Amino acid sequence: MAKITLDNLAHSYMAKPKSKDDFALKELNYDWADGEAYALLGASGCGKSTLLNIISGLLHPSQGRILFDDKDVTQSSTADRNIAQVFQFPVVYDTMTVRDNLAFPLRNRGEPASYVAARVQQIAQMIGMEDVLNKRARGLTADAKQKISLGRGMVREDVNALLFDEPLTVIDPHMKWELRTQLKSLHHEFGHTMIYVTHDQTEALTFADKVVVMHDGRVVQIGTPQELFERPEHTFVGYFIGSPGMNLIPATVSGNSATVHGAEVALGQHYGALSGDVKLGVRPEFVTLTEGEGLPVKVRRVEDVGRHKIIRADLFGNEINIVAAEGTEISPDMTRVAFDTAQVNVYLDDWRQQGEAA
Amino acid sequence: MNKTVNQKAWFLVLPVLLLVAFSAVIPLMTVVNYSVQDTFGQNQFFWAGLEWFEEMLASDRMWNALGRQLMFSGIILAIEIPLGIFVALNMPKSGFWSSFCLVVMSLPLLIPWNVVGTIWQIFGRVDIGLLGYTLDKMGISYNYTQDIFAAWATVVVMDVWHWTSLVALLAFAGLKSIPDAYYQAAKIDQASRWKVFRFIELPKMAGVLMIAILLRFMDSFMIYTEPFVVTGGGPGNATTLLSIDLVKMALGQFDLGPAAAFSLMYFLVILLISWVFYTVMTTLDNKGG
Repeated sequence: MAKITLDNLAHSYMAKPKSKDDFALKELNYDWADGEAYALLGASGCGKSTLLNIISGLLHPSQGRILFDDKDVTQSSTADRNIAQVFQFPVVYDTMTVRDNLAFPLRNRGEPASYVAARVQQIAQMIGMEDVLNKRARGLTADAKQKISLGRGMVREDVNALLFDEPLTVIDPHMKWELRTQLKSLHHEFGHTMIYVTHDQTEALTFADKVVVMHDGRVVQIGTPQELFERPEHTFVGYFIGSPGMNLIPATVSGNSATVHGAEVALGQHYGALSGDVKLGVRPEFVTLTEGEGLPVKVRRVEDVGRHKIIRADLFGNEINIVAAEGTEISPDMTRVAFDTAQVNVYLDDWRQQGEAA
Repeated sequence: MNKTVNQKAWFLVLPVLLLVAFSAVIPLMTVVNYSVQDTFGQNQFFWAGLEWFEEMLASDRMWNALGRQLMFSGIILAIEIPLGIFVALNMPKSGFWSSFCLVVMSLPLLIPWNVVGTIWQIFGRVDIGLLGYTLDKMGISYNYTQDIFAAWATVVVMDVWHWTSLVALLAFAGLKSIPDAYYQAAKIDQASRWKVFRFIELPKMAGVLMIAILLRFMDSFMIYTEPFVVTGGGPGNATTLLSIDLVKMALGQFDLGPAAAFSLMYFLVILLISWVFYTVMTTLDNKGG
């Protein structure tokens, strides 16, 4: 278990990167606190796996340093770093039995046989595979194989960190939930530093204490699930997290009000003069369809998704989504939207602006 | 739903039946025909029953040739398979040099058998051949026309030169199919190089290696042209392998009956060994799976 520090870290897969765009992972400074569970969230190809492989030492960064408990390990091999990592697709040693698969990392480190046997039994119980311990791994189903991979990742007790690279992709939905719960309880029990890569927001938000959102090779926000929901620091976080994502409306802002196509919108904070690409960001949960006040919209479609309704509407040519409670009646007279003033965020060139209290 | 029974469907397999009949069954039957008859010329044959088979089974000649043949196949398999795997493991995995290696290694496979024989026949000559001349000047006695060991060494090295590439290419294909994640997981699990080979690479190559062993066994068991061109089966009968002996008997001495009996038994031995090998390998493969 260790604190992991990324110092000025960046990586490019090209030998001689010329511009910023050549970097798969842009410059990054961050401390991963010892014993916390992190989720690394982002769309495919945003640099999540690159970052994970750099931490585990499968990849050496083109710039910067990695420190484990303030000890520089940038050039250390994977073995020296003593990291466990589980990959997206199951990796099992086909010719070995399930038991030997689970024991493999321990035996490679020369642990005594009695300890290995006890530990394997414990892990097998955790992943629910005690009854197939003597079976060969090759004949098992994909999700059973992935459970073995997870088990192999967890079998060493003294690892510095546990890294998961979208480990539940091949697992059935109900098993996913069970395994995620087990990972969480494991985390509570042993307090390993865990980093969990995923592109699934539900997975990220339920697993982690802190979620790191990546976009285009850059970390755009690190925060608790609640912070990500209420105060997305970047428009990407706004529309990537939440279903549907945050509404973004081009506007001009001055003082504590904004103007959208000539109509005025009140803001919760006071802003200075903003020049550039200014947008208002409002979560669909904080938009209400009304009869009287607000901005004029044209309702296009109402989707009933069970617990609530999603209203897709048109606001001055922009699509806007509204979440309404289950029992809400939508009448044809509702042609305007109102925003919850305190929940309107202002973005300048995609980054959230902090205003002063009004 | 009832299926319509239409016996006319059998006509659809007729073309293939005819093709196989002309390419395999009928030629084989002529051999069977010769093996149970005797002739004194003038195209007059009479029934000999299993006499030729008995005679061949009782003769040292066939058993000796079979012994030499098994030794030859055994030696070349013992060299080519590990060497091929070793080459494949050490080849560049991608980029220009990978393609370069593949092309260079494919070259021997493209050379016709008798040309390979001729190359080595000249290469090994003491008077004008690079290999023979060099060895001779170094004071090593090397003469494949006189010395049994030299003759065997030449034939074996020639086969290794000609066919190791095949094993290497197949093994390389097997290696290339292993996803990176396996190597990464092995690093995470702190597996040694040997364990990576033993538990990742070898199991993933098992399928293609089985094909490689079968191909090399069958080909080497039927080898004729190359040793015939280099040594002609000599010195004495030292490198007279099964098919060389068979040709001597059938075409040299024109003993059609014994030669036919010989070839049938030869054919059955190849079939038997291949079958046993395949069965054992697939059983091992599925065990506990």
